[in-house]
Amino acid sequence: MSTLAYDGTAMLGRQLRRMRNNPGLLVLTQTMPVSMLLFFGYVFGSALAVPGAEYRSFLVPGLLVATAAGGVMTGMFQSAQDVHRGVTDRFRTLPVSRAAVPVGQAAADVLVTAAGTVPFLLVGLAVGWRVEGGALAAVGAVALLLLFRFACVWIGMYLGLLTRNEEAAGQLGGATFLLPLLSSAYIPTAGLPDGLRTVAEWNPISAVATALRDLFGNAPVPDGAAWPVAHPVAGSLGWCAVLLVVFVPLAVRQYGRGRG
Amino acid sequence: MTTTYGVLSEGLEKRFGEVHALRGLDLAVAEGTVCGVLGPNGAGKTTAVRLLTTLARPDAGSARIAGHDLLREAAAVRRRIGVTGQDTSIDGDLTGRENLRLFARLHRVGGAAGRAAELLERFGLTEAADRPASGWSGGMRRRLDLAASLIRRPEVLFLDEPTTGLDPASRNLIWEAVRELAGGGATVLLTTQYLEEADRLADDIALVDRGRVAHTGSPAELKALVGAHAEVVVADAEALVAAAGVLDRLTGAQPSLDRERNAVGAVTKDPTLTLPHLVRTLDAAGVPLLDASLRPPTLDDVFLRLTGGSGPRHPLDDKERAA
Repeated sequence: MSTLAYDGTAMLGRQLRRMRNNPGLLVLTQTMPVSMLLFFGYVFGSALAVPGAEYRSFLVPGLLVATAAGGVMTGMFQSAQDVHRGVTDRFRTLPVSRAAVPVGQAAADVLVTAAGTVPFLLVGLAVGWRVEGGALAAVGAVALLLLFRFACVWIGMYLGLLTRNEEAAGQLGGATFLLPLLSSAYIPTAGLPDGLRTVAEWNPISAVATALRDLFGNAPVPDGAAWPVAHPVAGSLGWCAVLLVVFVPLAVRQYGRGRG
Repeated sequence: MTTTYGVLSEGLEKRFGEVHALRGLDLAVAEGTVCGVLGPNGAGKTTAVRLLTTLARPDAGSARIAGHDLLREAAAVRRRIGVTGQDTSIDGDLTGRENLRLFARLHRVGGAAGRAAELLERFGLTEAADRPASGWSGGMRRRLDLAASLIRRPEVLFLDEPTTGLDPASRNLIWEAVRELAGGGATVLLTTQYLEEADRLADDIALVDRGRVAHTGSPAELKALVGAHAEVVVADAEALVAAAGVLDRLTGAQPSLDRERNAVGAVTKDPTLTLPHLVRTLDAAGVPLLDASLRPPTLDDVFLRLTGGSGPRHPLDDKERAA
């Protein structure tokens, strides 16, 4: 375990240095949610009515979660890039713990996400969002957000190791922008037709978004929703547990297996 | 005294779907020697390196690297090997120095910064060391790649076509490093399509063809197996027939005639046949000579002869085919 911690820390350092040397992806993933907040907040906000909440207060937690779901994209892209460029193979010939590379990558990603949350929430405050519940609940909201991000990165890393192709991962990654559209990240699900509503409410993004709104005190838990949304904190923890139990072993195994 | 082997493989097999990349590869590389694995594209060289460096699992067969079982003691193997693959495998988003420090740390090399600086200097990369490696030239990246493989002074170094497409300066730096490492007692297994490279660096050559070792031996042994090539150029067709008769008697081999150039050539395995002897004999037979040569066989000849001509005669052929 201490080897994993040591190697994982070295890999974490690598990821952070990479982002410093080549901040393109980082800048994109940080400015995107801010521009979406301003755009959605003022364009949709004037047309949408959310029961029991201001739209922009409703939108800030939703965008946080939608951005966290983007971990699927960044995880996939970075893993595929490493495989494609032969870096993964080099690591695999080293006496390094098999889990260290993905663990380091996921940990670095969560750190960067945590740092990126600060400027986003400052913009949120500027457009009217507030922590309307207790401080402890707010801390819990951020912790839940980061846990969800951690789970999403593992999904991405597994898919990236599977595709092994930078370009394909980039294109597939673009498709992950669609996932929050079918959830309660940007809109309340109550107004959706029955079938769509069920799908949207079983989207893990909805559970986590609802949990954040509840913990920040921005909007009430909607009535008559599917179980993970009706019990958003338990639902979110459950989703994260399921995703991690499935994708951590898959990613570690795929990493160890390489190209056959 | 028993020989200890840096690399010892028996019956390694690997299939990729329909493609049978390796069909029972047996390799024995004595500790402290350089083995050149020579073969055309698709012979299975890269697959062999991937199996022997724990990157892929064989479908059948076994191998020991530095005395450790490849499959059961993979971690021990990884602690003892260095690998430079055909494509560079350094992180382009990191600087050269950051790359080496990271690998030093992962290899548990004490004084990572010092070792990184030493290797950067050794491979002439100090000046570019603090720029991201993605902006480096191909030759520089390859040198960094080799430096990364040498971080821990491996017991067995695997090089997969280390100088393909490199400029002569980078190539010489890499050759020097290989010789130095072998001189220090390490075992080196290098694959190459460059016959000259195997000739210059290798103590032994394993000729690989269609997933098997077709032949092994020192470069000199392989050349002796094929023999030297005698060629005589004369003035006219009449002299050509006379010259062919003399060559036939001297070499015992069927001479081949080139009527356009009035040249006749034959292969000889007789080590006592010298150029002066050849010239004197032809002169005594009254053959008017324009030119005569007795060329030791190149590895190209060896290759062509021992693999039944499936391989490229020269690496250039390969590039031309690809172009």
